[in-house]
Parts: sequence; structure tokens; C-alpha cells
Amino acid sequence: MRAHLLVHMRGCWRRFAVAVAAAGASLLAGFLMPQVVGFTVDAVLGGADRALPAAAERLVSALGGMSRLREHLIICAVGVAACAALSGAFNYISRTQLARGTERFIERLRDALFSHAQLLPLEWHMRNQTGDIIQRCTSDVETARRFVSEQFIEVVRTAILVVAALAIMFSMNTAMASVVAAFIPIILFYSLFFSARVSREFRSCDEAEGELMSTVQENLTGVRVVRAFGRERHELARFDEKNDALADKWIKLGGTLGVFWGVGDIVSAVSVLAVTASGAYLAASGDITLGDFLVFLSYCMTMAWPVRQLGRTLSEMSKTGVSLRRIADILGHPAEPEEPGALRPSLGGDIAFNGVSFAYDGLTVLRDVSFTARGGATLGILGATGSGKSTLAYLLSRLYELPDGCGEITIGGVDIRKIDRHYLRRGVGLILQEPALFSKTIFENIDIAACTGDIGAVRERARQAAVDSDIMEFADGYDTLVGERGVTLSGGQKQRVAIARTLMLSTPIVVFDDSMSSLDMTTDALIRNSLRESTRGATVIIISHRISTLMKADSIVVMEAGRVAETGTHEQLLAGGGIYRRVYEIQSAAGSGANA
Amino acid sequence: MSGRPGRGGAHALSGWHILRPHLGKIKKNIAIVVAAMLVSSLSEAAYPLFTRYAVREFIEKGSVSGMGAYIAACASVITAGGVAVIFWSLHSIVVEMRIGPALKRDCFVRLQMLPVQYYSSNSVGYLLARVMSDTDRISGLIAWGLSHALWSLCYIIGSLAFMFMLNARLALLLAAALPIAAVTVWLFQRKIIAVNRRIRHINSRISGAYNDSITGVKTSKSLVIEQRNSAEFKEITAEMYRQSVRLSTLRAMLIPAVSFLGSLAVGAVLYRGGALRQAGLLEFQVLSALVQYAVGIVEPVMQMSGIITDFVSAQACVERVAALLGEPLTVTDSPQAAAKYGGIFDPKPEGWEPIEGRVTFDHVYFKYPGAAGYALEDFSLDIPAGATVAIVGETGAGKSTVVNLACRFYDPERGRVLIDGRDCRERSQLWLHSSLGYVLQDPHLFSGTVMENIRYGRLGASDEDVVSAARLACADAVALRLEDGYATQVGEGGDMLSTGEKQLMSFARAVLADPPIFILDEATSSVDTETEALIQNAISNILRGRTSIVIAHRLSTISGADMIIVLEGGKIIERGTHSELLEMGGKYSELYNDSIGK
Repeated sequence: MRAHLLVHMRGCWRRFAVAVAAAGASLLAGFLMPQVVGFTVDAVLGGADRALPAAAERLVSALGGMSRLREHLIICAVGVAACAALSGAFNYISRTQLARGTERFIERLRDALFSHAQLLPLEWHMRNQTGDIIQRCTSDVETARRFVSEQFIEVVRTAILVVAALAIMFSMNTAMASVVAAFIPIILFYSLFFSARVSREFRSCDEAEGELMSTVQENLTGVRVVRAFGRERHELARFDEKNDALADKWIKLGGTLGVFWGVGDIVSAVSVLAVTASGAYLAASGDITLGDFLVFLSYCMTMAWPVRQLGRTLSEMSKTGVSLRRIADILGHPAEPEEPGALRPSLGGDIAFNGVSFAYDGLTVLRDVSFTARGGATLGILGATGSGKSTLAYLLSRLYELPDGCGEITIGGVDIRKIDRHYLRRGVGLILQEPALFSKTIFENIDIAACTGDIGAVRERARQAAVDSDIMEFADGYDTLVGERGVTLSGGQKQRVAIARTLMLSTPIVVFDDSMSSLDMTTDALIRNSLRESTRGATVIIISHRISTLMKADSIVVMEAGRVAETGTHEQLLAGGGIYRRVYEIQSAAGSGANA
Repeated sequence: MSGRPGRGGAHALSGWHILRPHLGKIKKNIAIVVAAMLVSSLSEAAYPLFTRYAVREFIEKGSVSGMGAYIAACASVITAGGVAVIFWSLHSIVVEMRIGPALKRDCFVRLQMLPVQYYSSNSVGYLLARVMSDTDRISGLIAWGLSHALWSLCYIIGSLAFMFMLNARLALLLAAALPIAAVTVWLFQRKIIAVNRRIRHINSRISGAYNDSITGVKTSKSLVIEQRNSAEFKEITAEMYRQSVRLSTLRAMLIPAVSFLGSLAVGAVLYRGGALRQAGLLEFQVLSALVQYAVGIVEPVMQMSGIITDFVSAQACVERVAALLGEPLTVTDSPQAAAKYGGIFDPKPEGWEPIEGRVTFDHVYFKYPGAAGYALEDFSLDIPAGATVAIVGETGAGKSTVVNLACRFYDPERGRVLIDGRDCRERSQLWLHSSLGYVLQDPHLFSGTVMENIRYGRLGASDEDVVSAARLACADAVALRLEDGYATQVGEGGDMLSTGEKQLMSFARAVLADPPIFILDEATSSVDTETEALIQNAISNILRGRTSIVIAHRLSTISGADMIIVLEGGKIIERGTHSELLEMGGKYSELYNDSIGK
């Protein structure tokens, strides 16, 4: 499963390795600095004898020996600065390499999630909640990013720091090193224990914040309902309840955190005190030098904070596993399969549904549906909500895959399962009841699939979809941004923009899946009139629950509970006296009119 | 310097007055935080003095007498510091949690009072960010930023003071290095903030792109634009890569740069201090203490600078929240009305006259802000109590505007809207809204159960009342079809239900409220034909004896109205009953014929 993630790390490993090596080098250079200070205080200034490693001995003699150093203290000062410069340079390398590796990995991961999510079958999308998918792509990726770029390196750095510092300290003085070493597990476990506890409380705060957030959001989206019922006081009470609950949780958490920090401060300070006291004791008895004492003190203080942080980092890392699994879940799900050798026939012929049955989520949606839409003619499909009429459209464009043995759908006699999926969809202009518009300008939205860049053509199609005048009323016209950061279009405007968008493609087949449901009768009629012009020669399927929308079709199929209940022309069906006629009577209010 | 006029007095620190009402309650906490801060930072700053003492009294003298007292003294200072940190944390969080939630509440209250029009020009996402994140940043900064800044300042001052006590000349040397460090950090951080802002912007574009592509997956697939979407997305993530690496590089430079400055200070102390020591002027312990101070002072300098930059960027948050809280209430209760009827949060229902339900529009002119033409022009309509008026017209003819004015979501520019013969504006909004039953085309449900949602219409209603209202609205069958019946959770915004089902629920909600005035704005447009036929009878029963304004595209639903008006371009072009209008052979009969396909 993780393999889906590791693929995206390709080429990043080298950077990570360099980052770790440089982090280690930076720490070691940092360790040298207290040594130089200690050496200066002891050997140079104090004149005490100090056993130096052979390399350092050679360095001192190369610099002109102890006496020269004593005269030119600036050399020691430069030594300190040089150590710092070296440490800083390695630190810089480590951080930049790590950043490049991480950001590349995350970039690939985001790209992969984006393109894979689009290629996943529609059924997968229907089964998963949109909010959850988006959260996986955003916050879970962020968790992964933090793991690679911060937590992982932090743990490695701390480990190197502790091991190296202890090694040096033990080589200097075992007794004092033991004092320092004794404190490390104490600080670490203390920090781990508290972090685990605190993270539970943090989670409960997060949940409370989520609740407050959705309360406010619902209040804002439902503002008209709140006002119309005069429920402002009730809403404020609900808000206060959540708001106070959140504040109480935080205050409680603040108490825990305060104890954590306060006691943590005391423990680290006590460790420094222990080093001071034992160092003073040992130095007093002459076991260690003043310089050594200062070195110990400095290491002890350097380690205290990273070790305290380590506990927190480790407890935060536990979240990473869950996030990675959630990301891998998406990437691991198979996309719509490639179809080598698929056909690309002309799509102008008759569309035939032959004995099509289809079940979704264990529920039978279509039973033995057969009908034919003549090539170049208009077919109307009438049905109530839940009659399975939209499923017909999804099957035709292979958004749903018709399993073998459930009948067949053919275009010009070719089974659509043999036709290249994308070729088919490019040929079937499907207009949805609730079409999505993208966060772009209206012009870009209409031109998104056709990519003509031709404002004239776009306006022409918008006029045919009866939306041109609406668009021109916006301050920026066709350059108006759509979506959260731009204007919100009404349901009817969205439908008309979507119609224009599909008309741009001049597809051989056009399917209106209840895509004029939010339009008033006049606009509906206007569009239908212009469609005759704009879809000339195309096979048109109009799915609707409104009779006036499809009554002029060449033939009409009436769906009920997943079956074809009636077929015929408007006149034939009216004469038939079945469902169609009943719906017609209700909708035209013939008889139930003025005296009701 | 710029001297540009007309910035409306927006100076560097405008907007912070929004905190004033909330500071009184937390004076005590703030005092404790300040005191704790002083104790904590000074105890930390005093620590090198203890080291110095140990070096002088024990190491140099080579004796351990008085070690017990020394340890006790150290331990008590350490404990005092630790306890101070506990107090600091306890009270800082109280400060944060008094200011933040109070600001959120201020915003929320303001949003309940702002005109509906405000919501049309500000998206929910934008408002939500003001209420939630801006207030969080402000309160976090006040509680933690200020106290950390104070800590750092005390630590720096304390350290400098102790250093001066130890050796004035070396202390001066270090003090001179401080401004250099501060300026370096400041310069870096200014750049970091700029890049950070860019990254946040790109991040929101990335989230937006995911949102677009995942909610629009059906559309993308049917238009076969997956490749194109992915290519566009790759441009955003590539930009993200560039900016993120830039940010990391800046940060990677800042930290080593500052520690390098710190070590330069150590080197300087060593050099000067060593020289002095050779001349016999400086003791070892003083030297070691000074080195400790030199190292220790770097961190607080960085922190101070970080907090200052935080304040600069929080200024924007403060200004946005202040703008929201200062947003003028264009539709509001007059002082007289507020005095008599009470406000929305403190109503005085005992002073409310009973409502009969006559609604009158008297030469009303209305224009949406920013729009060129009138949405309603010289609109007059008298709806007697108990009558049903249907409004017909094309999209944009002004139907919804009539509803908006009747609900007093807006006030007319000229002319009056009267209820029972008195101008709306003489009464309170709540008085009016308590008498309205309003059902929208795009019904909004709240997350919660079906039962809770219907009960929103009358909060005290019993379960039986809710069910019988649902029955009246034909929503009962829908509710019982659901998995847990009336206890079914409808999801956020009612998303678990279809639009048609939501419409029936929101209709039941209005029925339960039992209002004298009903407003149905495309209330059943998404209900399927056969259910609508059922509901039609129910509606005529419910509306009997109540004033109602009905908007519907399906003319079949309004043919029984007492009066039908046809709107075009904000003006009434026809009025009469269904049969009168059909006879007239005008716009209405044209529409009617369209709808039945003649």
C-alpha cells in the first residue's frame, strides 16, 4: 500500500541523505565551539594542562603554540566564530536540501492525487464523501509534509545530538556524564507521557472548534431562514453554547499545558543544577577543570530543549500513519482502465438500449430497458425522481459501466463498451441537472472543453442558451469570475452556462439530463427553439420530468420505477391515457384550474 | 511621508478599539500574567549568576562548604520560575479565551443584525474566516504574543542588568551587538512574511482546485477535460514548490545567521574578556557567566522580532474584524420601535400588536446596490388580510424583490411597505418575522434531525405538533421513508435529502410556525409532479384565511390565487384572476400556453 507513496519519493532520497548528513555535521561543528571555549579558558588563560587530541595538538602548534595563542586571543575568538560558521553552513545545507526533497515529494503527491482522483470511476466518487476526499488531499497531505520536513529530521537530529554529546561527555568525565545521562530518559518519558495526554485534549478542542465552525457556517448560509423565522436569539444561544464549550475546553487544556511546561522547566533546570553542583563538587576536588565544567554545562543546556521537544514530536508523529494510509487509499484504488485497441466509430447512428438492467449499491435501478433513439432525431425521456432516467445518461456516456450480461447499449450498431471511453464522452455532450462550474471566468468556463479562445463563438453559444443577456448584466461581463471568490450564479444561470459549454463542442449526441429544471417556462421554450438550430444533425436526448420540455420530441419514452412504461409521440401517448396523460393533466392544470 | 489624503484616518494602529469592551473582565488575569512573566524571565536570567557563584565559591576555592545552602537557593529560584510558568499559562489561556470568544460573539451578533444584502456581497467563506480565524489570531497574539514579548524583553533587560553588574565594559560590548541582531532578524522576517502570504494564497488555490475537480468530477469526465485540469493544477503546485523552497531557504539562512551573530558575541567576550583576564582584571567566573549571557540572549531577540512581525501582520486581521463590527446596519429598527418592541435578542412580545395580515406596497421603488436600473419601479399592491396573491414573471422580473421587501430583508428606496396599514419601519423586524412563514426554492435545513428541523418553525412545539404539521405539508411520508424516521440526521445543510424532500421539510417547518402571512417562493419547484398534485390541495387548505404571496414557475400551482400579478422589468403589467387574465389574452395567457405546450 505504501508503495503508492514511495514512488513519489523517487529522486528525493539523495536530498534526504544529504540533509541528514549535513545535520549531523552541523551538530558536530556546534559541539566544537564549547570545546574551544573550554580550551581557551583552561589552557590558554588558566595555564592548566589539558589533554588534547592529537589533531588539536597539531593545530595548536601550527597556530604557533600556546604562548602565541595567549598573546593573540583573537585567534581563539576567531576559532569560536569559525565553528559557528561551519555549523551554520551545514545547517543551511541540511535545511535547504530537506526542503527541496520534501517539497518535490509533496508536489508530486498533490499532482498524483489530483489526476488520479479525476480518473477514478464515478461510482467511487459517489461512494465517498466529497468533504472527506478533499480533506485527504489537503490536510492529510499537510500532515505528511510536516512529517517529512519537520518531525522526521527533528528526531534524527535529536538522536545524533544526544548520542554525540554523551559520547564526548563520557570521554571527558564518566561521573559527570552519568549525571547528565540519567536525566535524559526522565525528561523524555515525562514529555512523551504529557504529550500523549495533551494530544487527547487537543483533539477534543479541535472537535469543539469544528462544531462551532459548522454552527456559524450554517447560521451564515441559512441567514434568510434565520431572519424569516426571527430566530436570531435562538441562534445566538446555540452559538454561545458551542463558543463557551470551546473556551472551557481550551482553558482546561491551558491548565494541563501550564503544568506540563512549568514542571518541564523545573526538571530541565534541575538537571542543569545537578550538573552545576556535581561539577562544582568534582572541580573542587580537582577531578575536572574549570573549562571542562563549562563544557558540560553548555552541552547539558544544549540538549535539554530538543529532548523535551522530542516527546512532543513523537506523539504528533503517531497521526502521520493514519494520514498516509488515507492518502494511499485514494492512490491505491484502480482508475478507469486503459483501453488499448478500442474503437472510434462514427457516433451519428441510432442509439439503442437493448434489454439493459442495472443495479447500483445492490439496488436495481433499471430493469430490462429497451428503446432506440434514431440518429439525428430527438428522443424525450419522461420520468419522476428515482425512475432511473439519469442512470440512462450515465450509462450512455460510460460514467457508469454496464456489466456484461446486463444487456447492451449500441451506437450505430457498435457496443459502447468497445468504444474508447474518452472518445465516447467527447461525442456525447452530457448536460447535467446540477452542472459544476469552475473557479474561472464565465468565458473560460464556456470555452473550457472547446478551447477556441474565440469570444464571438462563445457569445453565439451563450445566446443560443439564453444566458448572454444575464452575463452582460454582470459588471465584468464574460470576464466575471465564478465561484467562491467571484459571483454566485443561480441554479438556472449555471444550467444555461453548462448548455452553452456543451453546445461549443458541436457533439454528434447531446443529452439534457434534466438540465432545464431550474428555468422558467419561457426561457425553457426559448432555448428549445434555438436548439433546433444549434444541434442540427445531432441526436438529442432530453430527459425531464416536465412535459412541456420534451413534448416536441420525435419520440418519447416514459420511465417508471426503472422500466419503460410507455413509448410513442406526444399525441400517441396523450391518446393512450396512461402515466403520460396523467402527468400532462396535472402539469397543465387542466380542470384543477381557477375554481380550486 | 506619503501624505496621501483620504485614507479615512486609517493609521498604523486603527481597529484595536474592538478590544476595549473586553479588557475590563481580564484585568486581573493580565496582571497575573505580567507578574508571572517577570518572575519567570528574571529567574531564568539569574541562572548564570548561580553558575558564577559556584565557580567562585566552590571550584576556585576548592571547597564544598555551603553547597547545601547553595543548592537550596538554586532550587527555590528554579521552583519559583516553574510555578510562574504554570500561572502564566493558566492565565494567558484565560486571557485568550475571554478575548477570542468575546470577539467571535461580537461578530456573530453583528452578523445577525446586518442586512441580508450584506450576505450577497460577502461570501460565507469570507465571513467565516473573519469570525473564526481572524479573531483567533488576534486573541492568540494578545494572550501569548504579548506575554512572550514581555518575557523576552524582561529577559534581555535582566540579562543586560546582570551583565552590567558583572562587568560594565563587556556588557556594553554585547549590548552594542543586540541592535545588529535585531535588525538582521527583522529584515529576514519581513521577507519571510511576504513569501508566507504568497504561500497561503497558493494553498487556498490548491484547496479550491481540489474542491472544483472533486465536486465537479462528473462534469469533468463528461467534458473529457481531466488532462487539462491536471495540467493547470500542475502549474499551481509547481509555483507552490518554488515559493516553499524560497521560504525554507530564507528560514535556513535566518537561523544560522542569528546563531552566528551569537557566537560572534561569544568570541568577542572571549577576546576582550580574555585580554582583561590576562591583565588580571576579570575573574574566570565572570567570564563564564558573560559567555552564558551572550549565548542566552540570542533566542529572546529572535522571539521579540518574530512577535513584532506577527503584530504587523495581525493588524490586517484587526482591521477586517473592526470593519465587520463597524459595518452600518442599513435595515434596522428605529429607536422608537426598538424601545416598544424590543430588539432581536431582547424582544418585548407583551407590547406586540396582533397581526391581521394586510400587506400593502405603496409606490415602492427599489434598486439593488450597484445595479443600474430599478428592480421594482413605482410598485403598488394591496393584499387584503387573508388573500392569496400570486406573482408571475420571467427570471429577473422582480418577483424575488417583492418577497425581499415583504420580509423586510431590504427597505425600499422610495415609497412604503405597510403591514396592517402601518409602515414596516414603525415596527421591529422581529415582530414582522414572527408573523411570517417563508419557504424558499433553495430550502435551507440545519444539521440535526428531521424533527429538530421542522421544530425550528415553533421552538416549543411538541413531537405531535411537529408530526401533524409534517402531515399537512405532505412531508410525513418522506420522513417515514427515511432510515430513522423523524430521528434521521439530515446532514450539513440537509444534504442527505433531495431538493424536493428538503422543500417539503421546509414547508412543514413554516406550517408549524402557523403564521398569519405566508410567503412561498418557488416552494415546491423540485417536488415531483405527482407529489406536487397532492400538496396542492394541502396548500390551499393551509393558506385559507392567511395572507399569502406565492411565486411559482408552474402556473398550475397558482391558478387558484385570489389575484395574479404579472411582473415585467420591475413593473406590474397585468393583474387579475386566472380566468380574467386568460381572457385578457396578454402576457399571462402567453406564459400559460407555453407551459402547457400550446
